[in-house]
Amino acid sequence: MTIVANPGDIDRRLLMDRSVPGRRAFTLPESDVPAQEMPDSSLLRDDLELPEVSQLDVIRYFSVLSQLNFSIDTNFYPLGSCTMKYNPKINDELASLPGLADIHPLQPDETVQGALRLLTSLQDDLGEITGLPGVSLAPLAGAQGEYAGLLIARAYHESRNDAGRTVAIIPDSAHGTNPASAAMAGLDVVTVRSDDSGNVDVEDLRELADDRTAVFMLTIPSTLGLFEPNILEITKIIHDTGGLVYADGANLNALLGLVKLGDLGVDICHSNLHKTFSTPHGGGGPGSGPVMVSNELAKFLPKPVARKTENGYVLATPESSIGAINGFHGSFSIAARAYAYIKALGLEGLRSVSENAIIGANYIQAGLRDKYNLAADRYCMHETVLSATRQKKRGVAGLDIAKRLLDFGIHAPTMYFPMIVDEALMVEPTESESKETLDHFIAVMRQIDDEINSNPELVHGAPHDLPVTRLDEAKAARKPILRWTADE
Amino acid sequence: MTPSSNAPLTDRPARSNNHPYIPSTDSERAEMLSAIGVDSLEDLIADIPPEHRHPRLNLAPGLSEQELAAEFSSIAAENSSSSNGYISFLGAGAYRHYIPSTVRSILQRGEFVTAYTPYQPEAAQGTLQVGFEFQTAVCQLTGMEVANAGMYDGPTAFAEACLMAARLTKRSKVGVISTSDTRLLETLVAYSKYQDVELVEVEPDAVEIPADLACVGIQNPNFFGQIEDVERLTKLAHENGALSVVHVNPTALGMFRSPGEFDVDIVTAEGQPLGVPLAFGGPYVGLFACKKSHVRQMPGRIIGRTTDTRGRIGYALTLQTREQHIRRERATSNICTSTQLIALMVAAFVATLGKQGMKDLANLCYQKAHYAAAAIDRLPGFTLGRAGNDDSNGSGATFFHEFVVRCPGSPGAINSALLKKKIIGGLDIFDRVDNGMLVCVTEASSKADIDRFVAALGEIGASQ
Repeated sequence: MTIVANPGDIDRRLLMDRSVPGRRAFTLPESDVPAQEMPDSSLLRDDLELPEVSQLDVIRYFSVLSQLNFSIDTNFYPLGSCTMKYNPKINDELASLPGLADIHPLQPDETVQGALRLLTSLQDDLGEITGLPGVSLAPLAGAQGEYAGLLIARAYHESRNDAGRTVAIIPDSAHGTNPASAAMAGLDVVTVRSDDSGNVDVEDLRELADDRTAVFMLTIPSTLGLFEPNILEITKIIHDTGGLVYADGANLNALLGLVKLGDLGVDICHSNLHKTFSTPHGGGGPGSGPVMVSNELAKFLPKPVARKTENGYVLATPESSIGAINGFHGSFSIAARAYAYIKALGLEGLRSVSENAIIGANYIQAGLRDKYNLAADRYCMHETVLSATRQKKRGVAGLDIAKRLLDFGIHAPTMYFPMIVDEALMVEPTESESKETLDHFIAVMRQIDDEINSNPELVHGAPHDLPVTRLDEAKAARKPILRWTADE
Repeated sequence: MTPSSNAPLTDRPARSNNHPYIPSTDSERAEMLSAIGVDSLEDLIADIPPEHRHPRLNLAPGLSEQELAAEFSSIAAENSSSSNGYISFLGAGAYRHYIPSTVRSILQRGEFVTAYTPYQPEAAQGTLQVGFEFQTAVCQLTGMEVANAGMYDGPTAFAEACLMAARLTKRSKVGVISTSDTRLLETLVAYSKYQDVELVEVEPDAVEIPADLACVGIQNPNFFGQIEDVERLTKLAHENGALSVVHVNPTALGMFRSPGEFDVDIVTAEGQPLGVPLAFGGPYVGLFACKKSHVRQMPGRIIGRTTDTRGRIGYALTLQTREQHIRRERATSNICTSTQLIALMVAAFVATLGKQGMKDLANLCYQKAHYAAAAIDRLPGFTLGRAGNDDSNGSGATFFHEFVVRCPGSPGAINSALLKKKIIGGLDIFDRVDNGMLVCVTEASSKADIDRFVAALGEIGASQ
């Protein structure tokens, strides 16, 4: 048989398909203790099926797979609300120092003073940045921070014998985790409209807020990339009814050093360290979602909280804590990366992050507004939401444009979100990208708009040159194949 | 340590030049502002109330990379770990194991580390195929039919499994055996507080259970390191229309029968022992597997195999209508991650150890723990097992790599004395067992380490 050279072909066989009995990638040491009596054989398994491959097989397999990915190290991700910024390499290196990576979560406080000093300092800095000084780093992701924040709100109302507050008011532009977390916290979700300018409809909110309102959840800036101009009025409306204001900090990258959420009347917020504070997305986690609250609410924070005392640093449980929300103390090595990021940038650097992120997003908006509709025709914060309705009329959907971008090595923007915008393409460049990258993106987006007239099939059929073309997702869901089996 | 790193951070002069993480220069910023049609940034942030704009912030000036590295060296040096000569016998949910070079090397690949969630499958086939390998490995280890792509950690996976059982059975009482880790229970309480779910304690030797339980949650090995009778408890659950939810230690699955063999419905685990550093508690990854018939009630991301428009094999997130970004307040969970990078470490670890390695690892842990337990049992004043007349969980029960030692005095005091000898002893569990210490021994401890620990315990015990 002749072997045809085709460099585009990728060997997609799974590890089990590469397995050869007897091969090994690793050996454990021989036991250095006398042989011990084994448990009753009825307790032991004999069916363990796992791959048998060589060490090079392992390295080559995973290395080749990695090359099938887009990543920040290799591609521009104008991905709205996800803040795909540069992840500094030094942070990974420092978080992996043996003195940090090898400590056990249950070691006595006196043996982890460095770790506790780091956590205390990060708590202080996050409290300072958000103006909400009570901080717990326990939540393992934004959605967990959000859930913790809602448990805090409920605990606060219950502590005031005001437990009848069981409603969360959430804007129609909110991220899906907001209502999902509210439901987990036993709250009924009531949706408040956005007005034509993309702001919260203040009159609608005034109607909805009452003595059943536990919390109003607001993303600041909004998922439309807008800073809510009526924020002070909104927080007053909620406070006047006795409710609390929760800020979803997913978009905190727009606010560093420019405004503190606590100054605006926000009572609780979370931040995604994997967005604003540069910790790697990892292909979908691990995240970290610290929760920040006002002094009044600090006693309800989830445990643990790191503190400095006369006898050194300790892990403490706040007085009326909502308790533990996961196994240990949160994503410590993610916190270490965020600590490194904040220390590397410092005050001026952090301000510069938000300033450049905002200028970049507005620059893209200015460069595309004659070709693409804007969800809101005004200056944006760190992201802009385009609406491909003009392109849709010419027969090409937002999805097609997003997929066509992949052919140019640019990751797709966030698509079809927020749901209140038709054919939404949400673009967030971040401060990490140079003007040349932004210019290139604008040029590619303009060219794709031209291609819709000149060669629509090019856009419909995209992507053309990636490891796979569009996948049959309906088939994947109809007859799920979720693991390797011998007969597939 | 350099003299400069001793100075308070706030006393340093501010830097004025461009930061290495931010490329735009002053002139480029000016060009962009001009293209936008404004004079300054202020025009772009006019919606921020002026009285709250540009607040004072008490943050230190930025550090150079070299200064940052020095700061971290001093932080790391303030911790007691293997890197400054300490040996440790702590377990209780987080376990010290050797991490192979392959895992560390694969984790260096920026294409994995800095990728986004694979919502654009064409640009994320690497991440997706790794996730499919992870799901496969979880199924193979647990003996279950399907697994998801990863949860936050073991305790949250267990909590979500109990809530899933309540949804599946439409029952509101969740039973958990009394020998479980309180950390599992605390997380379950936090997750179920407003879900109208009531927690019920079930004794591991119970011969009957309430007839209206949604599930029986079984930690195996239990908190004390002992093997529970999962087969019997699962039968008991099923006889009462309840599901069986088993929380395993995945290392033990290299040796002991898998939950899949016992008809268990949902299996969860802490994935940390499979190649993930201790890192003071996280990030870890929760493993979650179940019977295929329950897959549509499973929380979290799931990766499936399909084909592209040219018929080539590819992978994509699937069954997404369970998830928050589609279903919002009616989702199976609010989870919005698969802790993918840690799942990658697990996948690389299992691939590296393979069939023989996972067996050898479990056996080595078992051998060393039993050697240590026998040696401690011979020390005057120290005995193995839990207190009193509880034979089934006494010294006679089978254990894997953790065991309870009853000390001649307060475990806290003994641990303090051990610490002076650079030994981090077992977990003080006086609140569950009188003078109880939960000791863990893995393959990461040499015989010399174990002998040093036992000798130190003997000396300290003699002076009690």
